[in-house]
Amino acid sequence: MKKLVKGNIALCEGAIAAGLKSYFGYPITPQNEIPAYLSKKMIELKRVFVQAESELAAANMVLGAAVTGVRAMTSSSSPGISLKQEAISYMAGMELPALIVNVQRGGPGLGNISGSQGDYFQSVKGGGHGDYKLIVLAPNCVQEMYEMAYDSFDLAEKYRIPVMILTDGIIGQMMEPVDFNRPEREKLLIPNWALDGCKNRPPRSLKSLLMKDGDLEKHNFALQEKYKTISQNEVKYETFEISDADIIICAFGIAARISKSAVCLARKNGIKVGLFRPLTLFPFPSKEISELSQRFKNFLSVELNHGQMVEDVRLAVNGKANVEFLGKAGGGIVTELEILDKLKNFL
Amino acid sequence: MNKILSKPESLKDVSLSYCPGCGHGIIHRLIAECVDELHLREKTIAVAPVGCAVFAYDYFNFDVTEAPHGRPPAVATGIKRTNPDKFVFTYQGDGDIAAIGMSETIHAANRGENITVIFVNNANYGMTGGQMAPTTLIGQITQTTPFGRDPKRDGYPIKLCELLATLDGTTYLERVSVFNPQNIIKAKKAIKKAFQCQIDEKGFSLIEVISQCPVDWSMSPLEAIRWVEEVFIKSFPLGVIKDKIDEK
Repeated sequence: MKKLVKGNIALCEGAIAAGLKSYFGYPITPQNEIPAYLSKKMIELKRVFVQAESELAAANMVLGAAVTGVRAMTSSSSPGISLKQEAISYMAGMELPALIVNVQRGGPGLGNISGSQGDYFQSVKGGGHGDYKLIVLAPNCVQEMYEMAYDSFDLAEKYRIPVMILTDGIIGQMMEPVDFNRPEREKLLIPNWALDGCKNRPPRSLKSLLMKDGDLEKHNFALQEKYKTISQNEVKYETFEISDADIIICAFGIAARISKSAVCLARKNGIKVGLFRPLTLFPFPSKEISELSQRFKNFLSVELNHGQMVEDVRLAVNGKANVEFLGKAGGGIVTELEILDKLKNFL
Repeated sequence: MNKILSKPESLKDVSLSYCPGCGHGIIHRLIAECVDELHLREKTIAVAPVGCAVFAYDYFNFDVTEAPHGRPPAVATGIKRTNPDKFVFTYQGDGDIAAIGMSETIHAANRGENITVIFVNNANYGMTGGQMAPTTLIGQITQTTPFGRDPKRDGYPIKLCELLATLDGTTYLERVSVFNPQNIIKAKKAIKKAFQCQIDEKGFSLIEVISQCPVDWSMSPLEAIRWVEEVFIKSFPLGVIKDKIDEK
């Protein structure tokens, strides 16, 4: 049976069902439902909830829980995610699995509290210091908030990597019926690299500091190999009405939701349009877009920012097709009529 | 023949990277002895700082994690809340704990986290070559106070124990030193008491160890311990700052 809930709540339920042991958060709009909901749920379940003194501390508490091999997460919105970058870089270097949720709002700076997609670069190109990647998941509905939160921990543990769910204030706040269809995860094993006291084994340490000549270079090569493997195995995307399309819209998250309506509207107006939606932003479906650009000659990237993912679309297309952009930032929302106008002028 | 003194099991048999005459080696040993005596080694998860003790995981013979600069109390909170049956302590210097990490320190203390903090105060940033620390004394010359610390420009030395004593969340705070055998024995007693405080689930304890840093103070080891005795501990008086163990 489906239940009508907000995106932020569905995300909490997904994480809890996946066996989330520890949550650390800090208040910021538009993600406040997450700490509020978990402050009750986690305590009732005899799990850990701490309201931290800062975003920095919350992210470092996640780091602390993660070194002991349990499922831990934090959530925030854009300005707060900037503050968490220190711990995120450390976790990437220390190869710690964890979930970080960004319910994006308008920026730069304090911005506003409307939904936005301005943190694409920050999420997929780094964010913190050093050469690293996160697995970045982009839900476009409340059901996917639940499912991606649930699946994120298996991914994080499989590759020992922090996973980010990059969503936004619109999906976080909107209500939709959700099928809570995932089984409760119980009795999760503590991995063999975790710190749990050196009983009957030699002591372990977890670190990102590698001062011996050549060690950090080797570590970086190993990280890049891991990211390559992730790119080969974990790309997820969805297509809609692309077989006969003259134009393919590329969009993620809420922008993909609006674009899907625009595709239907455009087809009623006789314009053959399809939608390509990445579900994973890292790994990005570059190979798939590259293949599409052999057959399709027009791409339009629609985003709630001033052109971020479009750069990755252009890299994938690599000059083989025409790539245009439509977007708005700072809480502005691209409408399906605006997309239709753009499509009409496109051909 | 009986062996009456040996290396603690909690210390690895490696040479330490600390400078000649530095206090860190003594403090490491005291911690290791206390961990052994309280049979905590196999349930310990320690948190190393950024600073001179950044390589602590290479010296202690138990599980240790790295933490970003100043964040050990937050990292320790994450570890201990998730694993209340483990023994968790942080090892931090003055810059780590009272400058970049002051917020994490105060809030972990205020929440009364059931962890132990070992705070090594040597009045300067040792690892980076001896810059002014929050605990640098008035008039003390460092790499970034070439004319001596001037309160008008640089503020005053922070007395962390006294500051934390005002918080209801703290249980046991003591300032000790390691400049002579008598004080080393006192320091060990304080560390052991703080560890016991955590075992008994009495909440947050912090031991501030006034330590010597001859190289960055541009002194010989002997001059350095004399300076601790004659100057340093005049500004940072030794003793129990707060003890509410019996009330918690």
